[in-house]
Amino acid sequence: MKRFSLLSARAGATFMSPAGLLVGAFVIVPFFWVIFVSFTNRSLLGPTALNPDFVWFQNYIELFTSGRGVEPGTFGFSLILTVQFVLFSALIGQALLGLLLAWLLQQVPKSVKGFTETMVIGAWILPEVVIGFAWFAFLDYDNGTLNGILDALGLPRGDWLLDYPFWVIVVFNTWRGTAFSMMLFNSAFASIPPSYFQAADVAGASSWQKFRDIGLPLIRGHVVTDLILITMWTFNVFTPFLLTRGGPGGQTEVLSIYTYRVAFRDFDFGKGAAVGVVVMLINLAFALFYLWVARKRTPRKEAT
Amino acid sequence: MASVTFEKITKRFGSFTACENLDLEIRDGEFVCLLGPSGCGKTTTLRMMAGLETPTSGRVLIGDRDVTAVHPKDRKIAMVFQDYALYPHMNLADNISYPLKVRGESREARHAEARRVGDVLQIGHLMERMPAQISGGQQQRTSLARALVTPSEVYLFDEPLSNLDAKLRLDARGFLNHLQRDLGITAVYVTHDQAEAMALATRIAVMDRGRIVHYAPPLEIYHRPATTFVASFVGNPPMNLIDCTARIEGGALVLEAEGLTVPKLPVTPAIEAAAAEGKMTFGVRPEHLWIADGSEAGQIAGELFANENMGPESLVTLARTKDSRLTARLFTDEPLNLPETTRLGFATTHVHLFGPDGVRVPGVDE
Repeated sequence: MKRFSLLSARAGATFMSPAGLLVGAFVIVPFFWVIFVSFTNRSLLGPTALNPDFVWFQNYIELFTSGRGVEPGTFGFSLILTVQFVLFSALIGQALLGLLLAWLLQQVPKSVKGFTETMVIGAWILPEVVIGFAWFAFLDYDNGTLNGILDALGLPRGDWLLDYPFWVIVVFNTWRGTAFSMMLFNSAFASIPPSYFQAADVAGASSWQKFRDIGLPLIRGHVVTDLILITMWTFNVFTPFLLTRGGPGGQTEVLSIYTYRVAFRDFDFGKGAAVGVVVMLINLAFALFYLWVARKRTPRKEAT
Repeated sequence: MASVTFEKITKRFGSFTACENLDLEIRDGEFVCLLGPSGCGKTTTLRMMAGLETPTSGRVLIGDRDVTAVHPKDRKIAMVFQDYALYPHMNLADNISYPLKVRGESREARHAEARRVGDVLQIGHLMERMPAQISGGQQQRTSLARALVTPSEVYLFDEPLSNLDAKLRLDARGFLNHLQRDLGITAVYVTHDQAEAMALATRIAVMDRGRIVHYAPPLEIYHRPATTFVASFVGNPPMNLIDCTARIEGGALVLEAEGLTVPKLPVTPAIEAAAAEGKMTFGVRPEHLWIADGSEAGQIAGELFANENMGPESLVTLARTKDSRLTARLFTDEPLNLPETTRLGFATTHVHLFGPDGVRVPGVDE
């Protein structure tokens, strides 16, 4: 078969080369550099800063053995915390809430739909630092808005950031990220021909039956895409740092914050790089798993 | 089975009026076609019967029950959609039996029922297939099967054959006609294809700009169209209409237009009233014209414009004036050699008269 091309291979390569150089310099080289560093004891200060030793798997072994268990400040604690964080804020919070909102939006008047979309997208497009500060101000013990409201209602005030730090970052990340899932599911639902739902209406289906039998099965691909993306984003999200700085006492030190602390506050580059590599492998596993699910053609067995 | 009644239904979308003060009565067991060009409000009318649209004012009754504000699922109706609305992720058995599933029937029971209806529609052997794996005609019958699987009082069809190619459409039309004879269902059928309406309906409601302009059995509409709109919409090709000057002379109607020779027609009071304004429309159907041999009292002359031989018949188009053409449908399978100026003959019994407002003026024998 004759291939048609606008440019000769040489001209194409010439145009590609600047982008290729940049990607190489800032993505591909650092990627392999991190893997290399994770096998050394390189640090910012001290004798190993200039002459790091090659320590093989020492960094990795330390990650999984130090601290004897899972108290805050260890890699194990951060890993479990991150899994919980993903489960509550991404899967249950963003995906489930986004799905629910998107479904409800299909059945409300256009004006309500437009208003809700605007509000939710507003939460999504604001810069992270602004949002972090807004939530910090909202939850502050002395002058926070939430405590102000509770006072006005005669309810007891709470020191949210100190007493419930994990749930604060879960709620925060849910609030922040639901818009993406909602928009994605919204457009997925909108791509289903209206006659499918009208036929179900005439057949006598309830809203729940329409969701279960028609809406959800037809957007399955979008659900899988959404879960891959938000799981990976939430796994790597650093924004909770703006609210809690990983504290108090390391209680909200998710993996991204843990990596940051080890590498750039403890200046242990080798160990930080090792965490980075582990996180990357976990993300890779997630991605492969979801892609496998998405490709698998499951014959639908209906519950009757 | 039940009747359907529309009482003074008006439906507006913003400033656009889709249906204006509609009255319509569909008797139990009747097959009514809503016929009209796109935008005439026929689909909106159907969707108001289904409950997918709510009228701006007026009442919808199914049987004696006022269903104006009733949800589609509580109306005891079934509907076939133009795009079939088959669920791509369910096989045919699940698609057809979906109305039974939402009623909580067991998988075995509803699949058996799907199979039974499928057999009637000759798709019983395809129950395990997915919609994407069957032909367009089979998809159409699948959507029909889903409508028939539950007993309903009224069956609604929204242009169900318009996505089929010409040959399949004829097959499916014949099949629907057979089904209606068999089952005697009350059905409302929306179409823009006058042939479909003629073939299927017990009564046709011809719609134009949100109003019903003629509601009668197909042959009544064909023989005595209520307006020039109906006359030019029903029939293939549609009726030839010629604007004439009209006057009463010596107790007879005299019509005059370029190329047209009409014998003097007997006058009735209705004709006299219509002719008083000096203008009338003369109409004759293409199949009621023939090549004149010169002896006819009624003749139309024009330049030969087109001569199309279709096999058993020929369509001959004449340009009577620069911008007025007429067509004759001649039942001959021989090639026609026609002169540049051709004359067509007609019998006065086949002449239709319309007043200046486009409304039919009954002839002497009506």
